[in-house]
Amino acid sequence: MSDLIPQLTQQVFNGLSLGAIYALIAIGYTMVYGIIGMINFAHGEIYMIGAYVGLVTLTAFGTASGMPLPLLIAGMLVVAMAVTGVYGYTLERVAYRPVRGSPRLVALISAIGMSIFLQNWMALGQGARDMAVPALFSGGINFELGGSGFGVTMPYSRILIIVVTVVLMIGLTLFIRHSRMGRASRACSQDMHMANLLGIDTNKVISFTFVLGAMLAAVGGVLIAITIGKLNPFIGFIVGIKAFTAAVLGGIGSIPGAMLGGVLLGLAETFAAAYISSQYKDIVAFSLLVLILLFRPTGLLGKPEVEKV
Amino acid sequence: MGNNIKHAAISALLTAVLVMPVFGLELIRQGARTLMQPNWSFVFIAMAVVFVGQLCRPWLMIPFKAMKRGLPTLPAAPTGGNKFIIFVLVAAAVIWPFFSGRSSVDIATLVLIYVMLALGLNIVVGFAGLLDLGFVGFYAVGAYTYALLYQWAGWGFWEALPVAGAMAALFGFILGFPVLRLRGDYLAIVTLGFGEIIRLLLINLNQFTGGPDGISGIPKPTVFGLEMTRRASEEGGETFHQFMGWTFQNQHMVIYLYLMALMFALVTLFVSTRLIRMPVGRAWEALREDEIACRSLGLNPTRIKLSAFTLGAMFAGFGGAFFAARQGLVNPESFTFIESALILAIVVLGGMGSQVGVILAAILITVVPELAREFAEYRMLIFGLVMVLMMVWRPQGLLPMKRPHVELEK
Repeated sequence: MSDLIPQLTQQVFNGLSLGAIYALIAIGYTMVYGIIGMINFAHGEIYMIGAYVGLVTLTAFGTASGMPLPLLIAGMLVVAMAVTGVYGYTLERVAYRPVRGSPRLVALISAIGMSIFLQNWMALGQGARDMAVPALFSGGINFELGGSGFGVTMPYSRILIIVVTVVLMIGLTLFIRHSRMGRASRACSQDMHMANLLGIDTNKVISFTFVLGAMLAAVGGVLIAITIGKLNPFIGFIVGIKAFTAAVLGGIGSIPGAMLGGVLLGLAETFAAAYISSQYKDIVAFSLLVLILLFRPTGLLGKPEVEKV
Repeated sequence: MGNNIKHAAISALLTAVLVMPVFGLELIRQGARTLMQPNWSFVFIAMAVVFVGQLCRPWLMIPFKAMKRGLPTLPAAPTGGNKFIIFVLVAAAVIWPFFSGRSSVDIATLVLIYVMLALGLNIVVGFAGLLDLGFVGFYAVGAYTYALLYQWAGWGFWEALPVAGAMAALFGFILGFPVLRLRGDYLAIVTLGFGEIIRLLLINLNQFTGGPDGISGIPKPTVFGLEMTRRASEEGGETFHQFMGWTFQNQHMVIYLYLMALMFALVTLFVSTRLIRMPVGRAWEALREDEIACRSLGLNPTRIKLSAFTLGAMFAGFGGAFFAARQGLVNPESFTFIESALILAIVVLGGMGSQVGVILAAILITVVPELAREFAEYRMLIFGLVMVLMMVWRPQGLLPMKRPHVELEK
C-alpha cells in the first residue's frame, strides 16, 4: 500500500510525457479537420519524417563536436520543423488541394495513398531497418516518495518532452488567439465561405494550417527519437492513429481538446501497460478510439456537427 | 514567362528541402555509430527535374487532360450478346493452366484471390460507398477460422469453408451494427481500428492462435475427399493420383488450386452482379448517392449498409479460408493494414463499383510487380502514388461504370 503513491506518480509522469507527444501530433489532425473537414491520414508520416530529419541534423552537427547540448537540441528542432513545414505545405498542394471539394472519401483515399508513399519514400532513402539515435542525455531525477524505498525516476529526456510541449502549447494558444493569422484561421474554421468573402485568403490559411501542424508533429518526432533512441520509417502509422484517437477524444476541431485528449490517451495507455499488460496497450488505444466514435463522436470538448442537405 | 520561371525556381528549392534529408544525406550505420554520406548529385538531379517539369507543366498537362475525358467507360448493364464472350473467356481461363508453367499458374491463383477480395470489397466501398479500411480483418477471421478448426477439431477445408464465411459475416454483422451510423470518414477510421484490434488479438492470444508464429501445417483442400498428396495422411487412404491412376505431380495441386480460385472468383462475380440488380443492390447505390433522400423515401439506412458490410465480410472470409489452405500457414503478418490498403487500391484503380474495372485492376496490380521484380522496393511507393494520382485525375477509376442519367438542358 505504501508504495502506491510513488508508483502512481511514476505512471502519471510516464503517461504525461507520452501524452505530450500525442498532443503535439493531435493538434495537426484537429486543426486540419477544423478547417477543411478532412482526416489528414499522412500526418503520422510527417512525425516520422521529423524524427529522421532530427537524426540527420544531429549526425551532421556531430555528437562529439563539443556543441552545447541545448543549442544542439534547438538546432535539431528548428531544422526538423523547417523541413517538415515544407513537407506539410507540399503535401497539401500536391495531394489535397486538387481534391478539395470532392467527396470526403476521395480526399481520405488520397491521404492514405500519401501515407503509404511517404513511408516507402523514407524507407527507400534511409533504409527500412531500425536506425539508432545516439543518446544525448543520460540519467534523470531520482527521488523517493513516502520513504517506501520505491524510487521514482524522471529521465531528463522525458522532462524535456513535457517542458517543450508546454511551452509550445502556450505559444500556440497565444498565437491562435492574438495574431492576425490565428484570427484568420479561427474565422475559416467557423465559416470558410464567409471568411473568403470577407477577404481572407483561405488557401493561405489552409497551407498555413498544414505547415503549423507538420511543425508540431516534427517536434514530437525529434523528442521521441531522442527519448527512445531508435526509429524506422514505419513508426508514424500507429502513432498517427493514436494521435488521431487523441484528437477525437478531445473533440476533433478543438485545439484545447487535442491537448486534453493527448494527455488522457497517454495516461490511459501507460496505466493499461502498467496494470493490465504491455501487450494490450495498443488494443486499449484502438478500443478507446472505437468506443469514443460510437458513443460520443463529438469528443469531450467538441461541438456537434450538423449535416445539412 | 518570368512568373513561370520564378514559380519553377521556388518549386525546385522546395524539392531540395524535401529530398535532402531523405536521399541527399544518407545515414549509414556502422556498429553503434551513425555516419553520413552526402549524395549531392541526387539532390541536383531532383531539382533539375522539378524545375524543368514545372516550366513545361502546361504542355505536360495536355495528355492528362485528354486522359480525363478520353478513357472509355462501361455501360451500366451489360447489353445482351456478350454471353458468348464471357463463355469464351471462362473457357480460356479453365484450359490455359494445363498448357502453362507452374509459376505463372501460381501467380494467376494469387491474382484470382485478389480478384475475389476486391470484388467483395467492391460491394462495400463501390456499391454501398462505405470506406472499409479493416477489410483484411475479415479476411483474417476467415483464414483463422479454418486454421483453428483444423488445429483444434481436425476439420477439412470443405467443412470449414462455410463456417469461415459465416464467421466472417458474423463479425461483419456484429462490428458493423454499431459503427454504420457513423459518417463516411469516421467509419473508415473505426473499421481501421477494428482491423488492427483483430490483428493484435491474434498476436496476443498466444495459447489459442499461436501468437506471432501463427498456425502451420494446414492441409490443402481435397477433391471429393481424395487427398492431393504423394501419400495419404492416414493409413489405407486413397489419394487423388492413385484414384485416377496417374503418377503424382505437384503441378496437379497447383492447377487444382487455380481452378478453385477461379471458381471462387466467378461465384463472387456472379453473386455481386446479381445483387446489384436486386432491390437491395439498388438501395446500396441510392444510399451511396444521397443518404438523406433515401431516408426520406423510407429506406432503412442501417439495415441496407449492414447487408453490404456483412456480405463483403463473408466474401473476405471465404477468401481467407482459401488463402489459409493455399499457404498452408497463417500468421498475423499477412493481415496488416497494408493488405487492406492494397485491396482498396485495386478497387479504387479499377473504378469503384465497376466489376470489370476491378478485375482488370487486380490483374494489373498483382502481375506488374511480379514481372518487374527488380523494382520490388518501389512497389509500395508506386501504389501510394497511384492512389493519390487516381484521386486527383480520375477519381472514378480507370474503367468506371457509366450510369444512365438525364441532364438538364441549359
